[in-house]
Amino acid sequence: MNAEIRQIKTAAEQGLADAFSSVKAKLPGAAAVAAMREKAFATFEARGLPHRRVEEWKYTDLRALMRDAKPLAQPPDAKARAQARQAGNLAGDMDRRRLVFVDGVFVPQLSDLAELEQGLSIRPMAEALAQGDPLVSAHLGKVIETDDVAVALNTAFMGDGAVIRIAAGIVVEHPLHLVFVTTGDRPVSMFARSLVVAERGSRAMLVESYEGPTGVDYQVNSALELVVGDEAHVDHVKLIGEGGDALHISSLMAAVGARARFNDFTFTAGGAAVRNQIFLRLDGEETLARISGASLLKGRQHADTTLVADHAVGRCQSRELFKSVLDGESRGVFQGKIIVRPDAQKTDAKMMTNALLLSETAEADAKPELEIFADDVVCGHGATAGALNEDLLFYLRARGIPPKEAESLLIQAFVGDAVEGIEHAGLREVLMENVAAWLAARG
Amino acid sequence: MPAVQETVDQVRRIDVDQYKYGFETIIESDKAPKGLSEDIVRFISAKKNEPAWMLEWRLDAYRRWLTMREPTWARVDYPKIDYQDYYYYSAPKKKPALNSLDEVDPEILRTYEKLGIPLREQEMLAGVVRPEGERRVAVDAVFDSVSVATTFQAELKKAGVIFMPISEALREHPDLVRKYLGTVVPVTDNFFATLNSAVFSDGSFVYVPPGVRCPMELSTYFRINEKNTGQFERTLIIADKGSYVSYLEGCTAPMRDENQLHAAVVELVALEDAEIKYSTVQNWYPGDSEGKGGIFNFVTKRGDCREKNAKISWTQVETGSAITWKYPSCILRGDGSRGEFYSIAISNGRQQVDSGTKMIHLGKNTTSRIISKGIAAGKSQNTYRGLVSAHRKASNARNFTNCDSLLVGDKCGAHTVPYLEAKNSSAVFEHEATTSKISEDMLFYCRQRGLSAEEATALVVNGFVKDVLQQLPMEFAVEAQKLISISLEGSVG
Repeated sequence: MNAEIRQIKTAAEQGLADAFSSVKAKLPGAAAVAAMREKAFATFEARGLPHRRVEEWKYTDLRALMRDAKPLAQPPDAKARAQARQAGNLAGDMDRRRLVFVDGVFVPQLSDLAELEQGLSIRPMAEALAQGDPLVSAHLGKVIETDDVAVALNTAFMGDGAVIRIAAGIVVEHPLHLVFVTTGDRPVSMFARSLVVAERGSRAMLVESYEGPTGVDYQVNSALELVVGDEAHVDHVKLIGEGGDALHISSLMAAVGARARFNDFTFTAGGAAVRNQIFLRLDGEETLARISGASLLKGRQHADTTLVADHAVGRCQSRELFKSVLDGESRGVFQGKIIVRPDAQKTDAKMMTNALLLSETAEADAKPELEIFADDVVCGHGATAGALNEDLLFYLRARGIPPKEAESLLIQAFVGDAVEGIEHAGLREVLMENVAAWLAARG
Repeated sequence: MPAVQETVDQVRRIDVDQYKYGFETIIESDKAPKGLSEDIVRFISAKKNEPAWMLEWRLDAYRRWLTMREPTWARVDYPKIDYQDYYYYSAPKKKPALNSLDEVDPEILRTYEKLGIPLREQEMLAGVVRPEGERRVAVDAVFDSVSVATTFQAELKKAGVIFMPISEALREHPDLVRKYLGTVVPVTDNFFATLNSAVFSDGSFVYVPPGVRCPMELSTYFRINEKNTGQFERTLIIADKGSYVSYLEGCTAPMRDENQLHAAVVELVALEDAEIKYSTVQNWYPGDSEGKGGIFNFVTKRGDCREKNAKISWTQVETGSAITWKYPSCILRGDGSRGEFYSIAISNGRQQVDSGTKMIHLGKNTTSRIISKGIAAGKSQNTYRGLVSAHRKASNARNFTNCDSLLVGDKCGAHTVPYLEAKNSSAVFEHEATTSKISEDMLFYCRQRGLSAEEATALVVNGFVKDVLQQLPMEFAVEAQKLISISLEGSVG
């Protein structure tokens, strides 16, 4: 009842407070960054960990999911680096430029930094923060202003990550793959923060992947701020393949300019509890944004996708499509909100979410919202939840396809609808292979 | 389509004053002192000659209410309500024993006449020539805090149907009331329901015995008249096994500069194979175009399909009130039970509507259907908020939801906040929502055939809400259609 009154701190909240006071002096960045951290931490202190009475976290009770705060990960030693050598396989073996972060720290030896294209610059966030990089001072924490507690915690503790600038008109040939890998057998926490600025008319594809050991309840809080300039075209794919006991929170904050294209996809298969947040704002007219995702969950996995698509100006199109396949006692959550601001006339936005329940005990929760202040718009959303279509199964069975295979085909088709949204053909294939493997493992 | 013609005529007839029910009736009234305290609760209970358990029930609610906070999650914004600044009881002064309608203050009768509500059943009965098929409606008229007249009681009694003010039912059928009161909306349910439990003064009580199909439509007409009065009515409808009842509710209030408070609770209980159809045309004073005055309407309505194959259907036309906070819900407990929600919510001026429904699927093979049409005009904000949930054991639960919003003008907002929670794999939920403005093409089509902008809009809007209007009983459908065009008056051009 008394949502605003702060109760006594939970163990995790106390742990975070202790950690912040002991490490803040050692975190990278000068006075301005330190002040930003303090402010962000104050936001967290005032609100505490979000729980189910906080509307945005209604279905993901972080206070209950996060029992304690794990110690911040130490910089990787030789053993950790060796363990991370094969990381990033989730994206298959496509041609790409790998940027590897082990336990939250950039490891140049494992990354491909050679022969950077003209106009493409990449540097570690820790270094950029320490040296007061102008790109960082111009954009960090400013792409989307949010008072979300998970983002605030990330800002308070942010260590390393990538700072990437793609100069105007530059076409980056190969995908830039940010590989985040957690190693070791002791639970740690890691806070990665990245910033990507794609200037006017540039073209790039970003892949983020997350992985780590199963059997260790480590915690990942990662955030990416992305600026897509006018007439730029950016693809972003996030692959969440964390270990089976991990708590993963990641946030994308993207501002997209005029006549631009932004294509976003999130694939969630790993982690014990996953919260994937997307805050998108369309700042320029005649822009197309396509945000989609697929989750494959089993056991007691919990995955929450929370999306806010803010049409700040008119004449834009956004398409959102999210699919979840829920087996075992898993729980899939989708919260999507389309905001159309008062002057954003001629907005065309459509959002769809479908949940497929494969077991009696799975749960799907959806909250697709429309918040519309302009009148000359076409907006819609749809949501469905249900089991596999008996008629379709029958059709396949009648053609001699065994039940498991028939089910598997239908599920692949279901997920495939969303995977189609990825423009990179190679990555589409890799993901569909991942889906097939997931289905095979289901038995 | 004569109904559409009627709408067009109606729009044409409207003068500057859009709210035609805004008059005030000058009568003497009997009021409790302003403010809320245990003494006021005792006062109300004593006024009603209630049994001791009822007073305890109220006091319990009042004490609980003191510990509760006003909910803030709805998308409505209003000045803080000073709960001590309202009269919680106001009744027309009357002679000690009221035996017939003739003894009711003629001013009140005139009020209902002006509102078009027939209270004089004798006249209606005397009317020998009645067109074939015309349906009669039994009316319970509630004026401020008390019920002033209930018509057709004798005829209903013959069928075994109990239809009377709840205060009377508490005296005459205490066991029946006690058995069901608060079982659908518990005393502790929410801030406004708890407040209502403490201070409700009247409302309707309906009991339809097993196997009886109620011979006529039942109706309650609420009127807030006194200044600074809160109206807290409580309606309890029980449809016993295999019975059917259709119930209508209407409401109006005078135009006043201050905000008046209305916090009602409606509880419906449908037992095995029973069906309740509940229709509302809500037309409380919405305030003026600048948002001054108007009713704050905080209503808790819930139906319980308690046994198998029960059915509850809500139909609402919401055009009035400055603030609407209302979520008629169905608890689908019995196997095979069915819930329906049909809604038209129209907001204009500075009105704020946050309304929707909850369909809670608990039993097996339960189905629900939600059709919601929101129309926002002027500077209003119109929100649909709804929950559909299937619990673990609700195998084969099915829901279909469709909520469409129409925006008229560029200063208004339309919002959709649906919640879907499926905890059973055999549950099938489908939800779709759209928001758009009135199609220019359609308006153009009408305009070039000589309709004015306003007439064209009314026509298109009528088409938009047709699905819901069809669910209303005949008498209400016509009234609702008129209301819709009145509510949108001034929003075009």
